[in-house]
Amino acid sequence: MPADAPPTVAAARDFSNVPRQPGAAKPDPILVADGVVRRFGGLTAVDVAHLEIQRGSITALIGPNGAGKTTFFNLLTGFDRPDAGNWQFNGQPLAGVAPHLVARRGMVRTFQLTKALSRLTVLDNMRLGATGQRGERFWPGLIPAVWRDQERLITERAEELLVRFKLDAKRGDFAGSLSGGQRKLLEMARALMVGPEMVMLDEPMAGVNPALTQSLLGHVKGLRDDGMTVLFVEHDMDMVRDISDWVVVMGQGRVIAEGTPDEVMADERVIDAYLGAHHDGAAATGDAPEVAEAAVDGEPAETGPADVDGAPRSAPTAEDPAGERRSEGEAKA
Amino acid sequence: MDWNTIFSVTVESLINPTTIVYALAAIGLNVHFGYTGLLNFGQSAFLGVAAYGLAMSVATYGLPFFVGILVGLAGAVVLALLLGVPTLRLRADYLAIVTIAAAEIVRLLFRSVSLSKWTGGSDGLQRFSDDFYSRNPFTTGVNLWLFSFDRRELWVMVVGWTLVLIASLVVFLAMRSPWGRVIKAIREDEDAVRSLGKNVFSYKMQSLVLGGVLGSLGGFVFALSRAAVQPDTFGTEFTFYMYAIVILGGAARVLGPILGAALFWVLLNFINALLPAMISDGLIPRWVMDANQAGAVGYILVGAILILLLIFRPQGILGDKREVMLDAR
Ligand SMILES: Nc1ncnc2c1ncn2[C@@H]1O[C@H](COP(=O)(O)OP(=O)(O)OP(=O)(O)O)[C@@H](O)[C@H]1O
Ligand SMILES: [Mg+2]
Repeated sequence: MPADAPPTVAAARDFSNVPRQPGAAKPDPILVADGVVRRFGGLTAVDVAHLEIQRGSITALIGPNGAGKTTFFNLLTGFDRPDAGNWQFNGQPLAGVAPHLVARRGMVRTFQLTKALSRLTVLDNMRLGATGQRGERFWPGLIPAVWRDQERLITERAEELLVRFKLDAKRGDFAGSLSGGQRKLLEMARALMVGPEMVMLDEPMAGVNPALTQSLLGHVKGLRDDGMTVLFVEHDMDMVRDISDWVVVMGQGRVIAEGTPDEVMADERVIDAYLGAHHDGAAATGDAPEVAEAAVDGEPAETGPADVDGAPRSAPTAEDPAGERRSEGEAKA
Repeated sequence: MDWNTIFSVTVESLINPTTIVYALAAIGLNVHFGYTGLLNFGQSAFLGVAAYGLAMSVATYGLPFFVGILVGLAGAVVLALLLGVPTLRLRADYLAIVTIAAAEIVRLLFRSVSLSKWTGGSDGLQRFSDDFYSRNPFTTGVNLWLFSFDRRELWVMVVGWTLVLIASLVVFLAMRSPWGRVIKAIREDEDAVRSLGKNVFSYKMQSLVLGGVLGSLGGFVFALSRAAVQPDTFGTEFTFYMYAIVILGGAARVLGPILGAALFWVLLNFINALLPAMISDGLIPRWVMDANQAGAVGYILVGAILILLLIFRPQGILGDKREVMLDAR
């Protein structure tokens, strides 16, 4: 793609010239990661040699439980520190940058275990997401006249999103009173309030009812068409197939395959990763995608790296200098 | 039984200088604990630093009264920075440990023999409040129905309640602003706030400074109302009373600390006046308790009442029941 012409929507989604292999170069990557490694004691949770995420596309990150997807998210967004590696966002190095600065640069993430701000109302959760608020400084904050107009605009934007996410009836309720699925929705809507250039969603639709999922997927596609880049983790293969332009598969910390949804689901390595290397030979035949899908949708085969190499689980916390900054919930995820 | 005395002691503690001191201290602690979720167990040190900043400036170095106030305020800010820089990046419980230790260090420094040339050691300092009382506009005290205050108390109370009003107004304005929204969000989940691009460390530091400075106002009132400072009045139990007051009134409520302070002292003073009177009237037989034990029993009773309150009204007097129920999910 020529660097001088802004990428059109269609161009951003054109992966026809991208090689179907792990670490494939993309025409216009927004995020480029190199040699990112994170170990927990003897367990290598993430070991990504090279990965590029295409700007303006929807990329799915899939992989069996314990593949390292959440850990990879944590590393990229500054919530965890890698043992090695660097990555660029929009050409700027991002390794070692504090989480809030990562967000300010336009890369906003959500959490697999939702973080609703319980004793704030749904609307306040949303308003918190807006950036550049004058009233968020202490002294100007004391004078409502300084921030009232801005607050009104922010509230309008928040209300629009809440309608879209079917949370408008809950606007005045404490976020802590929402159901699990509603919290997922709130968290995603709140991330969108930041107005990110790239949004990283960790299982955004887990527990959300299918009808609403459909309408939100439409919304996400709309955001993509407006130029936003989406990277999301998801176990539901129907959803992956429905909205993703490109799929990256992780297994045991590594990127093991890349391709379009259909290609990836037919890939031998992917099926191996989900079912274990010694799965029934039948799976490798023509109906392979369905087998892989079944493994993911139903009871997933427990082939996480921890199970494979039996790495010790107790040591890591003591050796984890960034442990304090990690959320306890994420560590258990 | 002398009901008049019992009632006037009780009613006076609604508004007397001690209540003001605790209200101001608790307003500051409410910013830390109630709004930001910072477990500051060293609030007494903020009052101590302010009180000694004033007392030492005037009594030891002969500086003017208002310079002493500025020194005290600066001391509170510096203490907040000293406490915050190493601990605010860590988990919440580290702040609790460090602050309780820091408050003890501050107290022990004030009473250390080698510093007594400047601090007065365990006797503390006097003669720093003349400038304050010389500005007293009241020529006589009041003696109204159950209230009786002398002119010095009256002056402290007018200044003190003005400070309470200003401090509450600042908290009210700050907490309904977007700044306050970030502060409350940090209490709920720091990582979520970080993921939205807010500098959590900076906000926690601002909260620590704000609450410390508001609490330090209580330190000035404390020092001036007694016209003396003594190191051992700034012990850990001082902070624990403040916590009791914040929780009693209702955490994260603007008026909670004021109501809490008034209730706490009304309760304590009522029981402490009632028990000795009942003993001397023979209403409580001596084998149950004698007059010397009445003080300790008073604290036990107040403790029991606070426990009952927390069982039946865990959100405090002004708190919102719904907020407490959310934790159950
Ligand atoms: N803080 C931690 N301490 C020790 N081990 C950890 C920690 N965080 C993650 N792990 C381990 O790293 C591996 C990858 O975990 P991660 O949460 O990234 O998986 P995931 O791909 O997100 O899985 P899922 O799909 O189940 O969410 C797992 O084996 C997990 O046990
Ligand atoms: Mg995960």
